[in-house]
Amino acid sequence: MTGARAWERALVVAALALACALPFALSGFRAFQFTQVGIYAIALLGLNILTGYNGQISLGHGAFYAIGAYTTAIMLDKWNVPYGLTIPVAGLVCLVAGFLFGIPALRLEGLYLALATFALALAVPQILKYFEHWTGGSQGIVLSRPEAPAGLTLTPDQWLYFMTLGVLVVLFVLSANLLRGRTGRAIVAIRDNPIAAQAMGVNTALYKSLTFGVSAAYTGVAGALSAVAVAFVAPDTFNVFLSITLLVGIVVGGLASISGAIFGALFIQFVPNWAQDISKAAPWAIYGIFLIVFMYTMPRGIAGSLKLVLNRLARASGGAGGPV
Amino acid sequence: MEIFLQQVVSGLATGGIYGSLALALVMIYQATDVVNYAQGEMAMFSTYLAWTMINAGLPYWAAFVATLAIAFVGGLVIERVVIRPVENAPILTIVIVCIGLLVILNSLAGWIYSYIQKPFPSPFPETPIVIGTVVFGAHDLGAIGVTLVVLVFLYGFFRYTMLGLAMRAAAQNPSSSRLCGIRVGWMLAVGWGLAALVGAVAGMMVAPIVFLDPNTSPGGAVLGGLIVGVVENLVGTYVRFIGTELKLTVALTMILVVLVVKPSGLFGRAVVHRV
Amino acid sequence: MALLEVEGLEAQYGWTKVLHGIRFEVEDGGITTILGANGAGKTTTLRAVCGMVRTAGEIRFDGRRLAGRATEDIVRLGIAHVPEGRGTFMQLTVEENLRLGAYARREKGALAGALTRVYDYFPVLGERRRQIAGSLSGGEQQMLAVGRALMLRPRLLLLDEPSLGLAPLVVREIFRIVRAINREERVGVLLVEQNAATALDLADHAYLLETGRVVMSGPSADLRRDDAIRRAYLGY
Repeated sequence: MTGARAWERALVVAALALACALPFALSGFRAFQFTQVGIYAIALLGLNILTGYNGQISLGHGAFYAIGAYTTAIMLDKWNVPYGLTIPVAGLVCLVAGFLFGIPALRLEGLYLALATFALALAVPQILKYFEHWTGGSQGIVLSRPEAPAGLTLTPDQWLYFMTLGVLVVLFVLSANLLRGRTGRAIVAIRDNPIAAQAMGVNTALYKSLTFGVSAAYTGVAGALSAVAVAFVAPDTFNVFLSITLLVGIVVGGLASISGAIFGALFIQFVPNWAQDISKAAPWAIYGIFLIVFMYTMPRGIAGSLKLVLNRLARASGGAGGPV
Repeated sequence: MEIFLQQVVSGLATGGIYGSLALALVMIYQATDVVNYAQGEMAMFSTYLAWTMINAGLPYWAAFVATLAIAFVGGLVIERVVIRPVENAPILTIVIVCIGLLVILNSLAGWIYSYIQKPFPSPFPETPIVIGTVVFGAHDLGAIGVTLVVLVFLYGFFRYTMLGLAMRAAAQNPSSSRLCGIRVGWMLAVGWGLAALVGAVAGMMVAPIVFLDPNTSPGGAVLGGLIVGVVENLVGTYVRFIGTELKLTVALTMILVVLVVKPSGLFGRAVVHRV
Repeated sequence: MALLEVEGLEAQYGWTKVLHGIRFEVEDGGITTILGANGAGKTTTLRAVCGMVRTAGEIRFDGRRLAGRATEDIVRLGIAHVPEGRGTFMQLTVEENLRLGAYARREKGALAGALTRVYDYFPVLGERRRQIAGSLSGGEQQMLAVGRALMLRPRLLLLDEPSLGLAPLVVREIFRIVRAINREERVGVLLVEQNAATALDLADHAYLLETGRVVMSGPSADLRRDDAIRRAYLGY
């Protein structure tokens, strides 16, 4: 439907303009929160490629987030590598780690895969504590926050924000191209009917483990960015709850949707804060209720509901429309 | 050598509780396809209810039975009220609703009972049982006994009763079950009730060992046991990935023994894919 | 009064209307067949009777209106449906499948008698009672499906293409047993078939369905003599 496409494009441009103006209108703390949103969005896109598009449920993506963060932190801490360089390396490390984990995961489906990845999420903080020499044990690693490059009159908060935004835009464009083409169709075909996909000549095993790798790489880059932005890593910040939060993010944002990653990131960044404002005593109870009500009203996530609205708008403006 | 043996035995005892309960939950899962990610939190909450009743002066076993009843009804009601609206939604939507439930229960428990650890009584005598040179905690043995009773009860229920049979049928083939007159939605609710009941048993048996607090809840350990149990049930090969905690590893060994004897689970259900 | 009376029945899946107001009857203890090609709406008609699709129109069973009742409750009135694809519980044993057929029956001790009766009609099921149902052959699974329906001690039996995918010899055997059940138990039968010749032999009344409309109806003997039916559905 071309009408919906046009609406979509207009929205993307508007969102991008808004995103560029944002850090100048907000306080440093707010700008930092939105940097966090950008980082989450990258991680969510990674998880969404795996779970939303390829149908492999992961309850353990916090593990790749942690691996990315620690790769960057260790490189900065031990070898003084420029931080800009550590981020692609972190992505690469996670690509390999994800690919390798994806191979045994091939044999697991649905719930079983969810549980195996969950075990991964449980294990990673403990492994991090174990290799104390490299990781600093439970104390973690304290880093220094980067300044904006000379010549740019930006505060460190604004600089981090724009760096994250830049990485986000590049990664989003890359994934949009990947998912629209032949590869994307193969990935989705595997989710919808693995046997048929195989019969059509899709190498399902290779695609599934590659998808796992790419997905882990995205989430790893997000982890690396967070290490730079927060300037601190510790094993217990990468607990099981992080993995669950990421899963909540993609479902609330909208499965198998690129824009859903942004909506999901906004949700997981800000809704817990609102819950805290509403009730100091039991904020997570408020969050839980909010989550459940949200799922009742938008069972296909924000992006899913938005798509319905856009289609309706396009039909209204374009006159005759087909059945929903 | 004696210390080593002692450690093995006490490890085996705790592992035994986790193991048999994990097995019980796996059994419910296999029979009903009920996946409840809030399982651990529901167990924790039930245990707090038991704690409240015991502190109010109720005899242990009365509180025990009352807790089981409340847990069963609670599980049933939660399924009907909270889960039912998303019954036909994609599986991940249901998972998220369960996560919502999980944080609500956790937060409520923290709010009502605070996050300070509480000791939980054991119904079994404190005097240890000595066999040869090895000492068994009476609670450990008693808890294993209780969980074994639960296990046998569940096995008999699914195997020999009409309701158990109907629950298995509803999980396998809902539309055909309706044509037999089975109310499929209610079977699911009963599955949730049973899972909550088993979770409550787990909570009350594990709490005297690990104390009660909303975060490191005994329920969490049960969930861990469930994870190990289910994953183990499918692939024995991936044990290496999981054995990060000794207790769970021992529980795993327990399950392994059962699996070696009956590889495809207690109902001998082999998974067949049709194209 | 007929056992099952259907009038002005309409049904749709999503936006696609499948039945456009059909009317038919099944006599108490009679056998009615609905014939038609693929996609004529035969299966939908049976599903509509059991409340498995959204419908409009009037369905009366034994004088009671079925509209708005849940499938589970319609079954309790004494309507047993042998669905398309047989609805076997693949991972349960043969006997467990049969026991499920009697789930809706209240009376105590009915189970043993019902089982014996089914094993009398289908001795092969008795031999395989402890076997997993998924391991049965197609014909045996069809027998199991009919047997499971019989466990309800129904007043009306709905059969959805019992001949599908089975060897002619097996089909003949199953139809023989259906006739025996119909006579001995006075069970009304509503049979949906593509295999018109066999169905017309069994039934006393027949309806011909084309794209959701009844285009012809009458006693089976009349339809068998009709030239158009002979050319299009009987092939001689």
